[in-house]
Amino acid sequence: MTNHWIDIRNSDCILIMGSNAAENHPISFKYVSQAMENGAKLISVDPRFTRTSSRADIYAALRSGTDIAFLGGMIKYIFDNDLYNKEYVAGYTNAPFLVNKDFKFEDGVFSGYDAKTRKYDKSKWAFQMDEKGVPKMDRSLKDSRCVINLLKDHFSRYDTKMVSQITGTPEKDLLEVYKTYTATGATGKAGTIMYAMGWTQHTVGTQNIRAMAIIQQLLGNMGVAGGGVNALRGESNVQGSTDHCLLWHIWPGYLKTPRASNDSLAAYNEKWTPKTSDPLSANWWGNYPKYSVSLLKSFFGEKAAKENEFGYNWLPRVDDGRAYSWLDLFDAMYKDEIKGFFAWGQNPACSGSNAGKNREAMKKLDWMVNVNLFDNETGSFWKGPGMNPAEIKTEVFMLPACVSVEKEGSITNSGRWMQWRYQGPKPKGNSKADGDIITELGNKLKDIYKADGKFPEPIRNLKWDYVTDGVYDPHKVAKEINGYFLKDVTVKGKDFKKGTLVPSFAYLLDDGSTSSGNWLYCHSYTEKGNMSARRGQKDAPNNIGLYPEFAWCWPVNRRIIYNRASVDPKGQPWDKDHWVIRWNGEKWEGDVPDGGWPPMVGADGKPNPKTKHPFIMRKHGHAQIFGPGRADGPFPEHYEPLECPLEKNYMNPMRVNPVAPIYDTDADAYASCDPKFPYVATTYRVVEHWQTGLMTRPQEWLMELQPQMFVEMSEELAKLKGIKNGERVNVSSARGKVECSAVVTKRFKPFKMGDITVHQVGLPWHYGWRWPESGKEESANLLTPPTGDPNTRIPETKAFMVNVAKK
Amino acid sequence: MKEVKEVRSEKWEVRNGEVEKLLTIHFSLSSLLAPERRLNMSKSFFVDTTLCTACRGCQVACKQWHDLPAEKTVNRGTYENPPDLSFNTYKIVRMREEVIDGKLKWLFFPEQCRHCIEPPCRDTAGDPKAIYKDEATGAVIFTEKTRELAAEDIIQSCPYNIPRKGPDGALAKCDMCLDRVQAGLLPACVKTCPTGTMNFGDRNQMLDLAKSRLASVKTKFPQAQLIDAEDVEVICLVAYAPAKYHENAVASNSVEHMTRQLALRKMFRPLANIASAIG
Repeated sequence: MTNHWIDIRNSDCILIMGSNAAENHPISFKYVSQAMENGAKLISVDPRFTRTSSRADIYAALRSGTDIAFLGGMIKYIFDNDLYNKEYVAGYTNAPFLVNKDFKFEDGVFSGYDAKTRKYDKSKWAFQMDEKGVPKMDRSLKDSRCVINLLKDHFSRYDTKMVSQITGTPEKDLLEVYKTYTATGATGKAGTIMYAMGWTQHTVGTQNIRAMAIIQQLLGNMGVAGGGVNALRGESNVQGSTDHCLLWHIWPGYLKTPRASNDSLAAYNEKWTPKTSDPLSANWWGNYPKYSVSLLKSFFGEKAAKENEFGYNWLPRVDDGRAYSWLDLFDAMYKDEIKGFFAWGQNPACSGSNAGKNREAMKKLDWMVNVNLFDNETGSFWKGPGMNPAEIKTEVFMLPACVSVEKEGSITNSGRWMQWRYQGPKPKGNSKADGDIITELGNKLKDIYKADGKFPEPIRNLKWDYVTDGVYDPHKVAKEINGYFLKDVTVKGKDFKKGTLVPSFAYLLDDGSTSSGNWLYCHSYTEKGNMSARRGQKDAPNNIGLYPEFAWCWPVNRRIIYNRASVDPKGQPWDKDHWVIRWNGEKWEGDVPDGGWPPMVGADGKPNPKTKHPFIMRKHGHAQIFGPGRADGPFPEHYEPLECPLEKNYMNPMRVNPVAPIYDTDADAYASCDPKFPYVATTYRVVEHWQTGLMTRPQEWLMELQPQMFVEMSEELAKLKGIKNGERVNVSSARGKVECSAVVTKRFKPFKMGDITVHQVGLPWHYGWRWPESGKEESANLLTPPTGDPNTRIPETKAFMVNVAKK
Repeated sequence: MKEVKEVRSEKWEVRNGEVEKLLTIHFSLSSLLAPERRLNMSKSFFVDTTLCTACRGCQVACKQWHDLPAEKTVNRGTYENPPDLSFNTYKIVRMREEVIDGKLKWLFFPEQCRHCIEPPCRDTAGDPKAIYKDEATGAVIFTEKTRELAAEDIIQSCPYNIPRKGPDGALAKCDMCLDRVQAGLLPACVKTCPTGTMNFGDRNQMLDLAKSRLASVKTKFPQAQLIDAEDVEVICLVAYAPAKYHENAVASNSVEHMTRQLALRKMFRPLANIASAIG
């Protein structure tokens, strides 16, 4: 979330699309309710009328996988009705930037597309630069090569008739949503988006969010209270795990994983440190080497020295142009390229898209270590449905982990709040905290490598001193993440002693005299103490629910990021009632500002040469309406899902995202416009179950509420197929078959798309054969497809094709 | 004042300033009243279904606090489960798909004992050792002695069809979490509710809150109403006609189940009440 949970209450219009917050984030509805009591409108856009829709002022249905068409129509509506916030857009976004003549969109692809490699040459999407190397801009927004004019042109095709034909949403519903939401473009009004996996898990997932980010920029909704782009994380610590590099392509704090071609630390830093020639751009990522070197010092301690590039060469690099994400890992495992596997806190036999392939892939392993609370479908894959244990060589080890409340440590919630949690009950039986398991594992590896081993330096030199009295100490790890001064130094005129904690990332250095396990968290555990353990109840002077003394928030306790866009060029808030920050003539008040530089314009109305553009994390200091860094284009464009019911994309001649990943093993079947699989399907969660159900399926009170795998369908489809409510049916895709109880409901309706009627069904993905005992309640992911987003590689589980048949 | 404080901090913070003000006035007035008068004030629930998202946290919290076993259920083509109240299930969130004014509504109604001000089940039983009303809270309490009652008569006397018979003939239903309430805690269902649907406190406060909420939701839901507010301790606010939520949402007006015994008792009750007030 750019904002945070409590801030939802400050909104004037809440769009819940790509998520079912009432169901999957029930507590969020406390703040949604507060906003509504203050007059906010709630809009729910979903293929299915959900618990969220039941509370909404406006509900609109759309076919799964057509969000860009829906949102593109809103962008066009904004231009047609001249609703964008001109001062905001011209001053704070890259709308006035001039784009090179090379950039165009033709035949369904952007310029630079290579059909053979299925990749774009992004250099074709560059900005025009002046002689100093600063992007050329026309703040009057008149030049035809201005980003905003290219945007307007790009979305001119997205009229409501065309959008309705693609989404299946009636035109009047589209217009009602557009009119209501875009009213937040008025100065002082704020609209927010609450989204989750309904947007990300598509071959156009990143571009779904880009489309909304563009809308939020056009309406001036970024940086303000009650606004922002808000990803609702599906688990209490997803934000924390992302921040601390759970994903393959990043190091902690969103530093890049080195590529093979980054063959020295200098080359690595050179490659990933953005440069600007604009004196008004803070270009915060210009500090990159301070963060990367401090991280290496944290990894390798005293062994990391300037002479050995701080141990840079001890860390693995990834091949240029190759992906190593979930889909790719299981693809490699399926191809016999991976021998050992730690399944740590996960259940890929049920959670991964195309889970049947994952289950087959695990047969190819020599060993698997399953670290989890209980045995699951992954640890027991070898005795699952269709498996012959006698033929499976994989040796499986189970390490029982304790549950989160049985250990001390932090979680970071969706709103970027790092919250310290004390230990409740002690771990049961021989289960252990993850920290204890990892500590032991590290110690053992160090023992083994002490004697011998190929390339032993990374293990031997790893700093591994996070125990107190022989036991894993979460405080030591939290302090390491914050970072230390490693010698007596003077930074920015302040003296610091060796061994003290660094007060904030502004004091990190690139010469090896500081460490920080994650620069974004530098400020979280300082000489003042553990900031995340604070429980202060006092609000900030703006009284908008920031509660700056409760827990701690990255970066540097800034509760609403991009908040320098919440004020006009003189530093005065667009919304006087819900102001986030304001300039009092000498300094900023309210939230921690995005950089302490003075406003763009002085009290005398003249530009202030000491200021910086407000979007300090961007190279050019402006929010990106034009996003030239994405794998699939600088603007969003509607493409059909890999599996779709339509022979063609009505919007352009390219049916599917041309750079979506394709896998080619025999387990990667897919079927588009195939009469065998005529119905659109999507997956989701229900409030009664959690993820793959490992913690909820053995819980009888929850099983009482949602006892069986089900498929929801419209009364019309049930009639067509002769299916009675509650009866068991088979749902099949090109990859598998799952038995379900039919829930025939008014909450699904067939989509009328021009002359075509398309039916959609939906399935929860919480079940698996291990529990309940019948073994018949299986995972919906046996049906989901083998593709995903080209930027993130998140799988496309939210739109695919199935058949539904009586048993 | 302990309970009052908890109500405020747990639930009332979601209310707008107007209600807060109302409450403050109410608190200052009630503190002027004689202590014994305040002690006699019964407790009420206010169930604001316009805020309910059917997360069913209340349903599970009820089972958890009372340590009730789960029922073996199947998916019957609806999320609503178990199919009915039972000896082991005191609370069910009813879910109905209704098309009203051409628009689909998914209506949620947390069903439980309404703790009638004058409970027909108690009157029908006529045995305070089996069914009694806890005067301090207004909770209608069933004891294990209910197994000695004519269960069908008790069940039929309930205008909301709540009590259910167990294998040994005893009857069970919501007990207002009397043990929690007596310890100054909120009932489990109220404590767990994240949306502000379930509220609990002194009856006057709950009535004030209910009326204030009714007034504020009327603009959005012109048919909104409070169900049987004068007769029960569980005051439900619904946005549409109660029958659309559940067949037993509103009290059955039928008197066919009233036995002669009950009719007689009803006639004499005013006298009995005076006697107990004097006593």
